[in-house]
Amino acid sequence: MTGPSLATAAPRRGGGVLAPVALGVLVLVVWHVVVVAFAVPAFLLPTPLAIAQQFVAQFPVILSTAAVTGGNALVGLIAGFLIGLLLAVLAASSRLIAELTTPVVLAASAIPIVALAPVFTIMFGSTTEIARQLVVTVVVIVPVFVSSARGLRAVAPVHGDLMTSLAATPWQRARFVRLPGAVPYVMTGLRLAAPAAVIASVVAEYFGGLQNGLGSRITSAAANTAYARAWAFVVASIVLGLLFHLGGTLVERLVTRGRPA
Amino acid sequence: MTAAVDLTGVDKTFDTGARGAVHALSGIELSLAPGEFVSLIGPSGCGKSTLLRVVADLEQPSAGSVLVGGKSARQARLDQDYGIAFQQAGLLEWRTVAENVELPLHVHGVGKAERRARAAELLELVGLADFAGSRPGQLSGGMQQRVAIARALAPQPKLLLMDEPFGALDEMTRERMQAELLRIARESGAAVLFVTHSIPEAVVLSDRVVVMTPRPGRITEIVTGRRPGRADLEPDDVEDVRETAAFFTAVTAVREALRKGHG
Repeated sequence: MTGPSLATAAPRRGGGVLAPVALGVLVLVVWHVVVVAFAVPAFLLPTPLAIAQQFVAQFPVILSTAAVTGGNALVGLIAGFLIGLLLAVLAASSRLIAELTTPVVLAASAIPIVALAPVFTIMFGSTTEIARQLVVTVVVIVPVFVSSARGLRAVAPVHGDLMTSLAATPWQRARFVRLPGAVPYVMTGLRLAAPAAVIASVVAEYFGGLQNGLGSRITSAAANTAYARAWAFVVASIVLGLLFHLGGTLVERLVTRGRPA
Repeated sequence: MTAAVDLTGVDKTFDTGARGAVHALSGIELSLAPGEFVSLIGPSGCGKSTLLRVVADLEQPSAGSVLVGGKSARQARLDQDYGIAFQQAGLLEWRTVAENVELPLHVHGVGKAERRARAAELLELVGLADFAGSRPGQLSGGMQQRVAIARALAPQPKLLLMDEPFGALDEMTRERMQAELLRIARESGAAVLFVTHSIPEAVVLSDRVVVMTPRPGRITEIVTGRRPGRADLEPDDVEDVRETAAFFTAVTAVREALRKGHG
């Protein structure tokens, strides 16, 4: 009796891709028609066609600026991931460290990055990428820490009893049960943090410094009334965010492969 | 010869805070000879699992003495003198089947080659040699439980502690596992302390069936079981034992002891 279930599964999978694509095309068409028919001024909303033309015209610049913004996001993502994971491991290994770090990290989640960015830019000078990478790092630490800390605490009672019965040392418990058991949680933290890293990287560029990233191009294009160009860079930022999201999801799948969901 | 397990006057009280203390075990006296198979049976809350956990040094008794192979329970645990299987298989899903079996040896620093060889031998014993490289998630519940038993046997313990290891299995798998366990116990010469809810299971596996009653958990009666392969028993097959008159007599005796405990 696998026939009917296969028959219903196949079109549903096809529909899963088709439906959003169809919706997207529809939205673009309606957008274009509305802008043209009602003569909407370009500073309010350019047509998708104008944005697409700018995207093509600016493509070499888009690539180089996306590389800078993506590079900052990647450096910050890796640094934030390592720091968040290290803090979570420390917090899981000692109650004292947990009580010291947890509130601080959670408080960090309340820090608006728009508040940090200009301060960091002044601290580290406007000719380096360090300020932007730091902003990304701070944003990434929080989800990685929260998710990893939860994973490290989630030891099944039967595994705890087993390791006790085997007279395992605390280090052996960590190595054989806690750390491998936390891997799916750690990877979830990474997946959530990856697109947030791009957002932080773009926003950090709004506050001065080098004019070499997607965020700085958006502000300068908008300031020069080149609205379609600004939108082209916005589209590039969205694509970059999606790439990071896909990358994070892929790494998560690869690392947790072979485990029950 | 030193007893495999020797319990004298064991009491266990759990402090549950606002609801006061729960008297889980009271005045437990029990001794297992080397190689002996003893089942603990009784209704939920009679303390049979707690008793097993006290022997395993996973719980501390409130009073009394617990000797495992002549040592304190703690020392026996540190020396990895016993193997334990829980109600859930409790396999580590990120390790292969063979690596799960190797875990006790890994924890005790046995070299890789020796671990591999021992795991292969044990998987052969439980009939899962073909699954050495599989992940636990790919196995059925019964197969996972067999891996857990192989893991418990890895350090070649003189004592096996089993807390309803077949509780979640279907009847057919369960009977096959019982026959397997008897064979393994006989071949390894290990004493077994076995917690179960099932009267026929207790009778067919055990030299002695210890009947317990709740509130407070204590031993009310000890019935002679029908473990096949003993000197006074002819048939060497579990199926045959189930059809003997002695089996039915023992089942009735355990049932009556349980009923008396309730009355």
